[in-house]
Amino acid sequence: MSADTSPAIELRGASKTFRTPSGGLHTAVRGLDLTVERGEFVAVVGPTGCGKSTTLTLVSGLEEPTEGEVLVAGEPVGGVGDKVGFVFQQDATFPWRTVLSNVMAGPRFRGVPKAEAKQRARAWLARVGLAAFEDRYPHQLSGGQRKRVALAATFVNDPEILLMDEPFSALDVQTRALMSDELLELWEGSGASVVFVTHDLEEAIALADKVVVMTAGPATVKQVFDIGLPRPRKVEQVRLQTEFVEIYREIWESLGEEVRITRERGAHVA
Amino acid sequence: MSPEVLGTPAADLAKTGERSQSRARAARRRKAVVTTARVLVLIAVLGLWEVLSRTRLIDPFNFSMPSQIWDQIWTWITHGTALGSLGEQIWYTLYEALLGWVFGVVAGVVLGIALGRVRFLADVLGPYIKVLNSIPRIVLAPIFVIWFGLGPASKVASAVVLVFFPVFFNAFQGAREVDRNLVANARILGASDRRVTLQVVIPSATSWIFTSLHVSFGFALIGAIVGEYIGATRGIGLLVAQSQGTFNAAGVYAAMVILAAVALIAEGLLTFAERRIFRWRPAGSGQ
Repeated sequence: MSADTSPAIELRGASKTFRTPSGGLHTAVRGLDLTVERGEFVAVVGPTGCGKSTTLTLVSGLEEPTEGEVLVAGEPVGGVGDKVGFVFQQDATFPWRTVLSNVMAGPRFRGVPKAEAKQRARAWLARVGLAAFEDRYPHQLSGGQRKRVALAATFVNDPEILLMDEPFSALDVQTRALMSDELLELWEGSGASVVFVTHDLEEAIALADKVVVMTAGPATVKQVFDIGLPRPRKVEQVRLQTEFVEIYREIWESLGEEVRITRERGAHVA
Repeated sequence: MSPEVLGTPAADLAKTGERSQSRARAARRRKAVVTTARVLVLIAVLGLWEVLSRTRLIDPFNFSMPSQIWDQIWTWITHGTALGSLGEQIWYTLYEALLGWVFGVVAGVVLGIALGRVRFLADVLGPYIKVLNSIPRIVLAPIFVIWFGLGPASKVASAVVLVFFPVFFNAFQGAREVDRNLVANARILGASDRRVTLQVVIPSATSWIFTSLHVSFGFALIGAIVGEYIGATRGIGLLVAQSQGTFNAAGVYAAMVILAAVALIAEGLLTFAERRIFRWRPAGSGQ
């Protein structure tokens, strides 16, 4: 019962420390508190290398927090659950599988019969506009098309929680805008809660309900901004609104400081 | 297509057509030149050998000459060897090499993947494998002859130990170097550990494994030949040993030529299989 009312994701004082190859300890995130409501689209921005991606791996169950708690739908995370979808920054399509087989992978891994998996995969390929490419191998596709395969392969599992780690950062600017619109469309039909990590503030504001600004590493939440822009949005149009520019300025004041800190540290190291 | 062809006005099309034709012609011509040069090199080397031997600048008794070697091969083909027909000797050697290769490859791949995936196994067995690998394995061949006798078993065993290590190390490395993103992605998509091994680790290690298969078939042949050379009842290695024992240099060379041909054919078959299996890889890497 509590599972129905509890937020989709809750991080309570979560910290993650890694052992570096040289034997030292590196704290990626420290004392992180973050709540994502059901169906909410949250963008996380912060300076490069501050530990944004670690936050996602904690929520996904790929890594365990060193301290603190991570709850998904009110339950503590123990290992990779079946509610989560993850779109990675780099290509994570299986190069030896065809496009169709790549999208079928998720349902097949979860024990869905082959015929049904194929049918669901075809439906999602049609939605991302790749129906004609199902027999191709990933190396025969463009970067944008491969990203669409990754989206289809993630959405076909009906994730309640969608984690995205700078998914479009490797794409060119036009493809990026296009993919952002497509993502919004897919998401609006799914009711999933999204955590979208990016270093691009414009992208964050255009997509999200809530923008979380992280501090320079070790990352913790610095400030949370609500984005009141009406939906449905078109990324290219939203960017031109005066409201957007105001929000941008406000958030950048907060984020810019952290970026400066990171840059100065980098200068010291070098 | 060449960049010039893009966006050329219609009037220039005939010209570019001509140009691409002349380019194709140049490519063909180059290929012909390369082939001719290759044949010339072969003729020069064999000719020089023949001439030096016939003029007794080098001792034909020790060094033989191409014509004698050819005569020897022809005699073996038409009249059979002292051990029986030539085909039988080739088949015998090939059979031992293939059997040893298959056992060695299977053991190498299974253990390599297992140790690559299971940290505990790698930590426990790692040092032993290093020690075994540092033994010069060719000296095991006489031991195997003592253990398993003159039959094929001792040759298969020496082929296995030669094949196992390169395949093992490649499979191990392949399993270790699997793209972490792919593994993470598979786990998120719902794959169990077993599924990750079977459907992510093994496919991505195959290119590593295949690299070692090419080298290791050569090793399997070496294992079989050395085993036969030391003690056997049939096979090309024995042919070499007998030719040497009767001071028949041409016989030794002839056996070498036959072996080279066998190895080349096997290599060709392997490349063919590789092309079929790696359809998913971008083209152009192997050509």
